[in-house]
Amino acid sequence: MTTKMVRILFPLAALALLVLIPLGQGNYIIYVMTSWLMFSIAAMGLNLTLGYAGQISLAQASFMGIGAYITALLTLAGYHWVVGWVAAMGACFGIGLLLGYPALRVQHHFLAFVTLAFNTLVFLVLRNEEWLTGGNHGLVGMPRPSFFGISTGKNLEFYYFVLILFVISAAVFYWIVNSPWGRAFKALRENPVRAESLGVDTRRITLLAFAIGSAFGGGAGAIMSPLVQFIEPGSFALVHSLKILLMVVVGGAGLFYGPMLGAAVVILLPEFLRFTEGYYLMIYAALVIVLMVYSPTGLIGLGTKLWQQIRPQSEVRKDMSKGAQL
Amino acid sequence: MSEFIQLIVSGLSTGSIYALAAVGFTLLWQASQTINFAQGEFVMVPAFFVLVLTVKMGLPVWLAMPLAVILAVLILGALFKRLIVEPMFRHGTIPLVIATIALGILLKEMVKEFYSPLGQPFPSLFPQTVLKIGNASISVPDIANLIIAMGTIFALQLFLSGTRTGRSMQATAQNPDVAQILGVDIKRMVLYTFLINGALAAIASILITPIYLAKFSNGETLGLVAFIAAIVGGFNQIRGALVGGLLLGVIDNLSAAYFSSEYRQALPMLLLIVIILVRPQGLLGTAEGRTV
Repeated sequence: MTTKMVRILFPLAALALLVLIPLGQGNYIIYVMTSWLMFSIAAMGLNLTLGYAGQISLAQASFMGIGAYITALLTLAGYHWVVGWVAAMGACFGIGLLLGYPALRVQHHFLAFVTLAFNTLVFLVLRNEEWLTGGNHGLVGMPRPSFFGISTGKNLEFYYFVLILFVISAAVFYWIVNSPWGRAFKALRENPVRAESLGVDTRRITLLAFAIGSAFGGGAGAIMSPLVQFIEPGSFALVHSLKILLMVVVGGAGLFYGPMLGAAVVILLPEFLRFTEGYYLMIYAALVIVLMVYSPTGLIGLGTKLWQQIRPQSEVRKDMSKGAQL
Repeated sequence: MSEFIQLIVSGLSTGSIYALAAVGFTLLWQASQTINFAQGEFVMVPAFFVLVLTVKMGLPVWLAMPLAVILAVLILGALFKRLIVEPMFRHGTIPLVIATIALGILLKEMVKEFYSPLGQPFPSLFPQTVLKIGNASISVPDIANLIIAMGTIFALQLFLSGTRTGRSMQATAQNPDVAQILGVDIKRMVLYTFLINGALAAIASILITPIYLAKFSNGETLGLVAFIAAIVGGFNQIRGALVGGLLLGVIDNLSAAYFSSEYRQALPMLLLIVIILVRPQGLLGTAEGRTV
């Protein structure tokens, strides 16, 4: 089996699994899986900004929030969900572009703090502007959309609806990172000065990295409104941005499947650890620390490391036989 | 006017405690490029050391507090460096950021699970009396906090600029390679920085906890304030963190009284964004050379 075949077969097999797994499962499991798909989309966006373009952002949850509130307000006003979705992604693209401007001036930890402050500001606005956002009580009762007479009201149907959005997002993401833009993003991450000297418009690429990444966040937020059917400012606080950052880094930043794996770990692991009751967050945090210490490139990096430990044995043998010849 | 003076004084008092946390934060950054996202929890935890020693083990408060500082130096200083920062030193900033975020969660959950999820009363070092100066009433703990916090920072500054070890630490922070060539044991200097951060966090904890209650979630706001103070003042200067801390304390108090209590939290954030955009090196900081 060649690498190319794996590259085509793996997504197909994964997709088949995603279609089959929820069949016959209870509502709760379907809900958790839907929320995993949603967070994967948000994490994909951050993976573009952070993993590919190297611009740290601690504001992804705020874009989910902006997207969720825009979608909620529009659907509650009677517009179709698609209108809300497009508006959410458009608005987040615009705001992400604005948030990218500080990144032109400052880097690394400073950028982390600007985006962190932005997240807190968005949270405060959502909490305090009661006339628009309902304040602490949030917004309730967003309808689930229906397409051409097919309703997505039931959990399983909604899951497939989100799965379709997930596949679209993943395809767009794949296309972006393999396009000339994707290479420009990586160039920006590896060495901005050299990228610029080679003719990459680093200014535009930096802004785009933020804008596109944020638009993915807005798209995920647009799913959250009809999924949970209740949104409140607390769902988009700083901890949730950190959670999405965790997804990207735990999975493997700058790798296509990284954020999906990371989101699975961050969303599903607490469910598996639930039997430990009060201790699950502790175990979870400890596992993250251990993972970061042993494999800062995340789980995929850890997998590659282990794989290489098994594989190069044959190479070592070759070296030894060479040595024996001498 | 008297109200204004009261607000300023109590603002300076809490601000000086913020400054303690911010100075520790800055020191860690300088010495080892560690952005400690658990700094807020580092300030929360020593209060619980004191509570464990007094309430659970029955030690008197005067003995428990120095012991808590020592515990903080050992656990939040030495152990933190040995177990988390040291193995990740070469991996760059972001994995370490994630690890400290996780450490913050771990500390918070451990306090919540093993001690109590409820706010605990905490012994105050000073009598809760109020002095009348003119028309302004100023509380004794406020003044005492201000004096102790400022005194600690002043002593630290003296240590850093006046002793051989302190100057070696500064050299390590500014240019580790050259420092090593000149015979400075940089590993030891970095370790000292972590120990000092543990001690500063413990002092801040003992001073600030009587104002609120001792609670597992205290670190959330404190950590954020420490970051902002450090950046606003200037990330590469102790003076900067001090000014940043004081400024934030005063702004916080004044905005709650005169501006809007709802957007009170927003003001430091806006200040942060403006400072980063206009003067990224901070109010007192000096610009760092950009590495390619």
